Amino acid sequence: MSAPDEIRSVEAESPEVAAARAKIRRRRSIALGIVLALFALTFYALTIVKMGPALFDRSL
Amino acid sequence: MALIDDSRNLPGMAGEARVEDYLALLKPSVMQLVVFTAIVGLIVAPGGINPVIAVIAIACIAIGAGASGALNMWYDADIDAIMSRTQNRPIPAGRMPREHALVFGMVLSGFSVALLGLATNWVAAGLLAFTIFFYVVIYTMWLKRSTPQNIVIGGAAGAFPPVVGWAAVTGTVSFEAVVLFLIIFLWTPPHFWALALYKQSDYGAAGVPMMPNVVGEASTKLQIFIYTLILAAAAMLPTWFGFAGWVYTSVAVITGASFVLLAWRLLRTREDVAMRRSARTLFNYSLSYLFIVFFAFMTDHLLTRFGGFGA
Repeated sequence: MSAPDEIRSVEAESPEVAAARAKIRRRRSIALGIVLALFALTFYALTIVKMGPALFDRSL
Repeated sequence: MALIDDSRNLPGMAGEARVEDYLALLKPSVMQLVVFTAIVGLIVAPGGINPVIAVIAIACIAIGAGASGALNMWYDADIDAIMSRTQNRPIPAGRMPREHALVFGMVLSGFSVALLGLATNWVAAGLLAFTIFFYVVIYTMWLKRSTPQNIVIGGAAGAFPPVVGWAAVTGTVSFEAVVLFLIIFLWTPPHFWALALYKQSDYGAAGVPMMPNVVGEASTKLQIFIYTLILAAAAMLPTWFGFAGWVYTSVAVITGASFVLLAWRLLRTREDVAMRRSARTLFNYSLSYLFIVFFAFMTDHLLTRFGGFGA
């Protein structure tokens, strides 16, 4: 697709489509955020379980 | 507020995948069975596992199964567009570009295998990686379109989850885990051929050589009956080898006999409409059968371990 075509297709997008598209993208971003938070939580929990109390038992 | 969100039908929305579309790539209905059988494998395995690690292990197996589903939908988008059962999947429906499913599946595959290895052991992780490879490469890319034995051999992919669950606890694979594998492996042909019997026009149109399309209905019904007999016998292995008690044995005998009876009824049904109805009944029953047999195996094990019942 050439540049003028792209511009035309963006211009042609109706307000309803733009709003629906924005809503879908926002929901996708929220879902991705939740997945990333779960990912961090999983590794945190795994580290604690694997290392146990020894995690905090280190010489200064 | 509109009760039904019809924004996906707006012109210009093609290729804008929703969260639900990504979830659909994971084949949640298939995942239920995978998760359940993996939980059973994990619980009945000898030894203990930390509950947090157990939850992570089951999540990894579920994500690995979901990744296989996404890669399957990436590869099979052309035939999914033809079959009525699969036409509304995200790719054939035009809601998602194929490449998104490929990347999604690959990332989840790598993530699930790596996390399972870190959380439990590399035997379990290796088995999960092999399961994904088997389902995507051996079944989807090779067998599915080339032989009517596709789901017989490909059924191994669906039979691995309890073995992965078992290996997550023990770090190895023993005879009991192989028996669990065998039960699902032998269950797969009657399950899918029953589906193929009442959906054969779909598979025929897509050019997928399912057994009824290749050898005909009569031969398929006979093979379903033979596999069901072997399955009912294989389900007694835990009893014969002494690792299941009377709870499991009673359930396996009753459900196995019912399965054989339904397969016999299908074999004897000639009239087309009645045959399709009979095949649908067998398909639905087969789903319940696997859940019930695995649930009984787990219950029997827990009663023996904690309640002093069982053998």
